[in-house]
Amino acid sequence: MADNCAVELRNITKRFGSVVANSGINLQIKRGEVLSLLGENGSGKTTLMNMLAGIYQPDEGEILADGKVVAINSPKDSYALGIGMIHQHYKLVDVFTAAQNIILGINDEKMDIKKTSSKVREICQRYGFDIDPDEKIYNMSVSQKQTVEIVKVLYRGADILILDEPTAVLTPQETEKLFVILRNMRNDGKAIIIITHKLNEVMAISDKVAVLRKGEYIGTVNTCETNPQKLTDMMVGRAVTLNIDRPKYADPKPLLKIEGLTCVDKEGIKKLEDVSFEAMGGEILGIAGIAGSGQKELLECLTGLYPIQSGTIKFDNDGEEVNLVGMAPMQIKNMGVGMAFVPEDRLGMGLVGSMGMTSNMMLRSWKNGKGPLFDKKAPESLARKIWKELEVVTPSTSFPVRRMSGGNIQKVLVGREIASNPKVLLSAYAVRGLDINTSYTIYNLMTEQKMKGVAVVFVGEDLDVLLELSDRILVLCGGKVSGIVDARTTTKEEVGFMMTSIGGKGGEV
Amino acid sequence: MSKEKRSPMIHLAKRSEIDPKAAWAIRFGSVIVALILGMIPVMITGNNPIEAYGIIIKGSLSKPMYIKQTLKVAIPLLGCALAIAPCFKMRFWNIGAEGQITAGAIAASYFALYWSDKLPHIVLLVVMFLSAIVVGGIWGLIPAFFKAKWNTNETLFTLMMNYIIIGIVAYLQGGPWEGRKGSQIIPMFAKNARLPEVFGVHCGWIIVLVLTLLMHIYMNYTKHGFEVAVIGDSSNTARYAGMNVGSIMMRTMFLSGAICGIVGFITVSGANHTLYSGVANGVGFTSITVAWLSQLNCFAMIIISMVLAILTKGSNTLQTKLAVPASISGIVTGILLFCMLGCEFFINYEIKIRRNKEAKV
Repeated sequence: MADNCAVELRNITKRFGSVVANSGINLQIKRGEVLSLLGENGSGKTTLMNMLAGIYQPDEGEILADGKVVAINSPKDSYALGIGMIHQHYKLVDVFTAAQNIILGINDEKMDIKKTSSKVREICQRYGFDIDPDEKIYNMSVSQKQTVEIVKVLYRGADILILDEPTAVLTPQETEKLFVILRNMRNDGKAIIIITHKLNEVMAISDKVAVLRKGEYIGTVNTCETNPQKLTDMMVGRAVTLNIDRPKYADPKPLLKIEGLTCVDKEGIKKLEDVSFEAMGGEILGIAGIAGSGQKELLECLTGLYPIQSGTIKFDNDGEEVNLVGMAPMQIKNMGVGMAFVPEDRLGMGLVGSMGMTSNMMLRSWKNGKGPLFDKKAPESLARKIWKELEVVTPSTSFPVRRMSGGNIQKVLVGREIASNPKVLLSAYAVRGLDINTSYTIYNLMTEQKMKGVAVVFVGEDLDVLLELSDRILVLCGGKVSGIVDARTTTKEEVGFMMTSIGGKGGEV
Repeated sequence: MSKEKRSPMIHLAKRSEIDPKAAWAIRFGSVIVALILGMIPVMITGNNPIEAYGIIIKGSLSKPMYIKQTLKVAIPLLGCALAIAPCFKMRFWNIGAEGQITAGAIAASYFALYWSDKLPHIVLLVVMFLSAIVVGGIWGLIPAFFKAKWNTNETLFTLMMNYIIIGIVAYLQGGPWEGRKGSQIIPMFAKNARLPEVFGVHCGWIIVLVLTLLMHIYMNYTKHGFEVAVIGDSSNTARYAGMNVGSIMMRTMFLSGAICGIVGFITVSGANHTLYSGVANGVGFTSITVAWLSQLNCFAMIIISMVLAILTKGSNTLQTKLAVPASISGIVTGILLFCMLGCEFFINYEIKIRRNKEAKV
């Protein structure tokens, strides 16, 4: 065994029910080294690291720390081995100061805030952190909060640090600062693992890269011996043929013209920047991108649910061009703009979980009809139609949709949206978590709509599906359009590369 | 094997679904448990609990006079529970019913005190009724407005509003509306400003029964009621469906305050015939218990408000007969609420006891 190997994972397998999140994974983490854990969404990176942090326990395989087999049954065990994980979502108490947060949960030490503060200052000085231990958390910026999380694990004596997508919420300048600190810590002999899917950062910070794909361990390479293209190939793998039927619509016409769309979130971080594209009637426009590249915001901007900072959304309403920017969803509907939207969060946004199919049909029609009472007949018959045609498994149309299976929930949602005879159909991760058969049902419904002349926008995460279902693919990267390619001629590698770096090598089509 | 992990002996698991019959059986069982637990404090005072429950029933229902008094307690409870039902359905925690009742009572009292000689009986009552609706509604609207605009915490806001309005009544009592100087009392209303009696009880009971029916229809069959239910489940879904969450919130709170205002009107015009700072008498809070125990079902509220009224009225009798403090009704109500809320836990979760170690794969 290598003398400086801090932690080793051997043949680790973790299952959740029938889903295999990790399968036979081997990994070595050495002191004085930064290891990047690279992989697409759902490839099992976070699950694997959670097993080191004591949040999950592996079903098979063993974990070795300093060459000895260990059992990590809780985060406490993990700390005892010097492993500290900085999660994607910070776990800090807002009204406490940094120092108070840092000693929170340490039992074997007397509460001495002054001593803690001075020790925190010492750690800060050593690695170049920039926080005041007596500052309250709610006064801090996102990057300062992250710093507190890092100091917290260092304070507890961690010398193996795991960072779960640390740069997702940081600006480029803050990222650079973080990297300087990570290098300092590496030079200090700490072992660092960062989970990421940004290739440029992998190249900039890490010494080694381990790649996971769909729960499988693909391999570990030295960063200096590889390049982004090779890594992308490892990450996305070879193209798989799915045989999705893709007819061509005779006469695609532009229906939606988006120009210079920019929006920011509540913290003032740009979610979309200067996005321009056209969605054609009779075409499926696939949208590819790493999770959080602005897909959700893009669809919500189009439907009037997300505030737009600048740009125009022009809709061709039977020859008359209308700008949808600044309109509320109800106004858009009242204009006669047939826009259907299948959101990512099915129960939290698209449906009401505690209600049955009929009431969920009413979400689109409850305003119809005069008088204060709603009409339940039309939605009831629509619910029965969808129940029958899409073969939804449910005991009745009043059975709460929350208690249906994921695939049936999605059938209810997609069925309702298509029933409104839309001109534009927006969908986000429409087949996430669905079995093969239901997935194909959804693909067929999308294609059916396309052949009716509807402009279908399909945000997806599985590149194989996007490549076979879409006519064109728009690739988003960090809120910007990385490129638009013809789905029939492009390759998985090209799209994958554009997802991780702006522009890629693909040209406009 | 590298590690031996044992699962604990007893653990809780979320139920995926439960037979509605079983759910009601658990709820019914919790009421029994509450009544049994309620015997303990009676026993501590050295009395026979069975006898005590008997006296409570007799003291509240055995004579027409008692029934009337019990009804007088139940009327505002029911009215106010109806008022907060749509708020709770929307998950807007309106605990300011106390203040909204008082606001409505002030408005009604103003007309009762200063317009009783200028308006005929029915017209005066209608004016009092409408003014109570408007003022109570506005008092409910204020916290909703702040919630919609700046996302303030409605629980604290509505609670604080209670103390403001009660302070205002105290000021009126000792100042501009004071009857005899130095009495700190507002004079009794003229006959003209009092609600007529039907079957020996002021006609407020008719008003709240009509309200029960209307509220049932509102919550279950109207577009507004649908919007309220959707927001209660997920405000994101409501936005997605094109609902304006802020304005629906304000509208619902106005409605809630307005109904509380009606309760205030009924209380001053039908029961008290005057206004004082304790006019709401805790009804705003007790009615939360009523609404919650009835699972926001309007018809169940009739039963629950009667049960609580029987407990309150019967306990007074209990005090005179057995010298058990009347606050026993408060204790039993508290235990009842505790058990009913506690039983929701057992409806949502089941206790699993580990039988034998599962074989490791």
